[in-house]
Amino acid sequence: MTTVAHAPSATHHGPTSFWRKYIFSTDHKIIGIQFLFVSLFFLLLGGLLAMQIRWQLGFPGQPLPGGGILPESMTSGGVILPEYYIQLVTMHGTFMVFFAIMPLLMGVYANFLIPLKIGTHDMAFPRLNMWSFWLALTAGFIMLAGFFVPDGAARAGWTMYAPLSARPDLSGATYGQILWCISIVVLGLSSVLGSVNYITTVINHRAPGMTWFRMPLSVWALFITAILAVLALPVLQGAAIMLLFDQTIGTHFFDPIAGGQALLWQHLFWFFGHPEVYILILPAMGMVSDIIANGSRKPIFGYHSMVFAIVGIAFLGWIVWGHHMFMSGMNPTLGSTFMVSTLLISVPSAIKVFNWLGTMWRGNLHFTVPMLNAVGFVAMFTIGGLSGVFMAATPVDMHIHDTYFIVAHLHYVLFGGSLFALFAAIPYWYPKMFGRMMNEGIGKWHFWLTMITYNLVFFPMHILGMGGQMRRLYDPTQYDFLKPQQPLNEFITIAAFALFAVQLLFLFNFLWSLKHGKKAELNPWHDNGLEWSLPSPAPHGNWERAPNVYRGPYEFSAPEAGSADFLPQHVKLATDKEPAGSLPR
Amino acid sequence: MHWWLPTAASTFAGPIDGLFLAILIITGIALVIVEVGLVWFSVKYRARPGRKAFYTHGSTRAEVIWTAIPAVTVVALGIVSNHYWVQIKGRDSVPPNAYGIGVHVKQFEWQMTYPGPDGQLGTSDDFTVRNQLHVTVNQPTVVHLTSEDVIHSFFIPQFRIKQDAVPGLNINAWFQATKTGEYEIGCAELCGMGHYKMRARVFVHTPEEFAAWMAQQIAGGSE
Amino acid sequence: MTHATATANLMHPPAPAEPGSGVYSNKLGMWVFLASDVMFFTALIGSYIILRFGVTEAWAAPGAVLNVPLTAFNTFLLICSSVSMVKAYAAIADGKKYFLRAVPGKMLRDGGLKFWMLVTIICGAMFVGVQVFEYIKLVGHGFTPAGFREGSTLAEHAVADAVRFGATTSGLYGSSFFTMTGFHGFHVTCGVVSMLYLYFTKVLPEKYSAQDYRGIETIGLYWHFVDLVWIILFTIVYLI
Repeated sequence: MTTVAHAPSATHHGPTSFWRKYIFSTDHKIIGIQFLFVSLFFLLLGGLLAMQIRWQLGFPGQPLPGGGILPESMTSGGVILPEYYIQLVTMHGTFMVFFAIMPLLMGVYANFLIPLKIGTHDMAFPRLNMWSFWLALTAGFIMLAGFFVPDGAARAGWTMYAPLSARPDLSGATYGQILWCISIVVLGLSSVLGSVNYITTVINHRAPGMTWFRMPLSVWALFITAILAVLALPVLQGAAIMLLFDQTIGTHFFDPIAGGQALLWQHLFWFFGHPEVYILILPAMGMVSDIIANGSRKPIFGYHSMVFAIVGIAFLGWIVWGHHMFMSGMNPTLGSTFMVSTLLISVPSAIKVFNWLGTMWRGNLHFTVPMLNAVGFVAMFTIGGLSGVFMAATPVDMHIHDTYFIVAHLHYVLFGGSLFALFAAIPYWYPKMFGRMMNEGIGKWHFWLTMITYNLVFFPMHILGMGGQMRRLYDPTQYDFLKPQQPLNEFITIAAFALFAVQLLFLFNFLWSLKHGKKAELNPWHDNGLEWSLPSPAPHGNWERAPNVYRGPYEFSAPEAGSADFLPQHVKLATDKEPAGSLPR
Repeated sequence: MHWWLPTAASTFAGPIDGLFLAILIITGIALVIVEVGLVWFSVKYRARPGRKAFYTHGSTRAEVIWTAIPAVTVVALGIVSNHYWVQIKGRDSVPPNAYGIGVHVKQFEWQMTYPGPDGQLGTSDDFTVRNQLHVTVNQPTVVHLTSEDVIHSFFIPQFRIKQDAVPGLNINAWFQATKTGEYEIGCAELCGMGHYKMRARVFVHTPEEFAAWMAQQIAGGSE
Repeated sequence: MTHATATANLMHPPAPAEPGSGVYSNKLGMWVFLASDVMFFTALIGSYIILRFGVTEAWAAPGAVLNVPLTAFNTFLLICSSVSMVKAYAAIADGKKYFLRAVPGKMLRDGGLKFWMLVTIICGAMFVGVQVFEYIKLVGHGFTPAGFREGSTLAEHAVADAVRFGATTSGLYGSSFFTMTGFHGFHVTCGVVSMLYLYFTKVLPEKYSAQDYRGIETIGLYWHFVDLVWIILFTIVYLI
């Protein structure tokens, strides 16, 4: 049943130097792996920043263990200073959103999976793809530099509200703020160019028989997300440029004293920002669909509905941005309209959750590490999505806006959601990337320990928010109404340290398995996708000739499959006709 | 240790807390359905030798049901929410008899300007007090929010009121306190290094107490 | 499989594979990129519209600060370069790789790709040159991204006639003018540089033919986009 793939001959390009093969590579798989290593670094960094935030919130005014190594501008006698604290919250958000989650989903999996799953050799524009990576890495260095320049890093929150962000005299940040803007413009370019590649490749380079409705949901999600990125990032770039000019050459876009408008920044930022959060979740949902169908040995329930739900979420995502601004002072009528669109966008997400449940229903569930994390995703994302309903109701938002209720919500969807999906996707496609399996035992410990510690950290934040604890607060004990909740802050901090420690298990597993993991067979998960017909790791150029596709990606336990419970897309049965445009065999 | 919403001390708290509870119940039901479903399916349909999965691509009927029910629910929620939203924040929501106080916010303090004996803001008998909001119980108060520098946010948790103060704009935020006592204002928008220190005190007085305080201020008394 | 076919497969999909857009990838990619550029200019131009119509004070009258006649000529130049771009495209579509060729019975010689592409590049470069000249003049008179510089000629004019010169809104005027036209100029410069690159690596060595001139069409799309954005900018910044 399994086709033996023909690796393209090594004389394809002539012998390639180490530099062209691994560093300045145009191979989408290598580029995806480059993004993976860099993004995991930034994920770790973001986590370290979070640990410092949690230290200060749990034990305000206590010297940070090891804080002595930080300079006088950040800590005083080891105690985190307020100006450093707001850099921490700003850069934690910035690194996690732009340099960890977004590149882990798009830079890694759009790059790695799209050509493999649609049956082509590489992206439409391989050299442009390489530029995307190097631009992203450059942007990362520029952002990191913020910590090392005079006056330190940007500190107006990852949302950079003007005029605070535009006025160094009011924020205290000079070069750091400028570097933030420059980094975002460079990163935006990386994202746009990457998305141009992903979109063109999916539209034009599908193998014969790979019709739109035979594409796996992961590819659908990555494709739609790329469209979101290509249209949303440029708006942020424009805004960041305007902010940069306000900071440097004396323009007044956001300065009310000179006729500018403070709210203009918020409209621009969130017009980008809301599609951005769908960029951060849709690919995760797509990959989870693939993994749950595989783990359940059943077709995804409601494939067409799932596609329409992705498109619906992406479309509606453009008209909800004002829900971040309910309390901003914008016209209250806008509050009403944005409330309506925001409430409506919960519907396609709900559809997806029910369809995942439907997929598991009457399945034959194999709880591998990817499947555990994928089901964990559904469980945690549901909590995050439902907590969003509270904010969508504008009167309730009056109380919980800019409190820890929001922090809880965003972490449930970004960590409980996107990161759990990545904990599923990374071991799942690891064999195709590296030719080895990640350790299943460590993976299971990691899953369960993360599930427990993660909920101990973030669920109580709903309570903190209900009690009124504001965001980005250096010292909650300044307020009488917050003092009673301080024990909860302490508890969360301790749980957070445990959560971080558990992630080191994952990191260890990832790195150790590169050299010592069990060697992977062709199709360890018995999956139907085209990528599993290639050797592990997949060779440069993927296939000599594009495979023909005869069916959809989720034909698990199909009667035609016979004794096996899966039926790959490229396997021809006697009853199958050749697709149009197929190459001579 | 406080586990629920803060003490309710304004007329907004009733509707907002009620809406919060309603949403909690609705989302709670949805949560239980999904989580119990996940656990139950995980146990009931786990792989065992000889088992085969049920081959199906879905059910249109199921799709319709689980699209319609959430859609109807959120629309209903929207209608109820909007009703209260218009009452609280609508253009014409400020009661005509509301007592006006100017609140000028800056890094890192709140400056409250009171109308003085003539009851009119913007006249020569106005006086300003730092970080203290004095209001009368059971009487609507409207705060005219302005900002000196960056965006701040006026937040009194027990009153369930929050409104950003934006430089360049003059924004009205009204409320009606229902319980005498002392409360706090917190700043709910990151405004710089001193964001955490922007605490102000709120005093809800009986009419007599308020009059006494007002008299004391006019006479030049200390806070 | 020969090296040629292997490389061919690497760069283009096996045609027709699964019917895609019906448009070759370079062109599709350029359309997608232009969509992103539309969003970028929308952010800038949209902000300008919001800011300008959000102020109650007077906005500078057309022509008070900016040199409309010079910029009108510049606009004409850019439009000419779009025309020459179309001529270049038509030339290579007919396989005319040459510079100029005598045509019997006609006084003017016939222009090929090399000629029309060069015209486009020169017009584009001239546009940028004129804009740089304009910027230098404006800054010299006192018009900067922060508004009218204190003590400058324009500042004095503004004192004399605050309404016509939009004295109180000059900061926003400067902010939006330089940002929008500056980034447009940046896009034109990128276009000129790209065309120069193609000119030397592909046009002069005659690598384009009637069978394959995708690069010309692709850069042409970008060039027309840049021209279109300018027409919008010229109208809303200089004329209104």
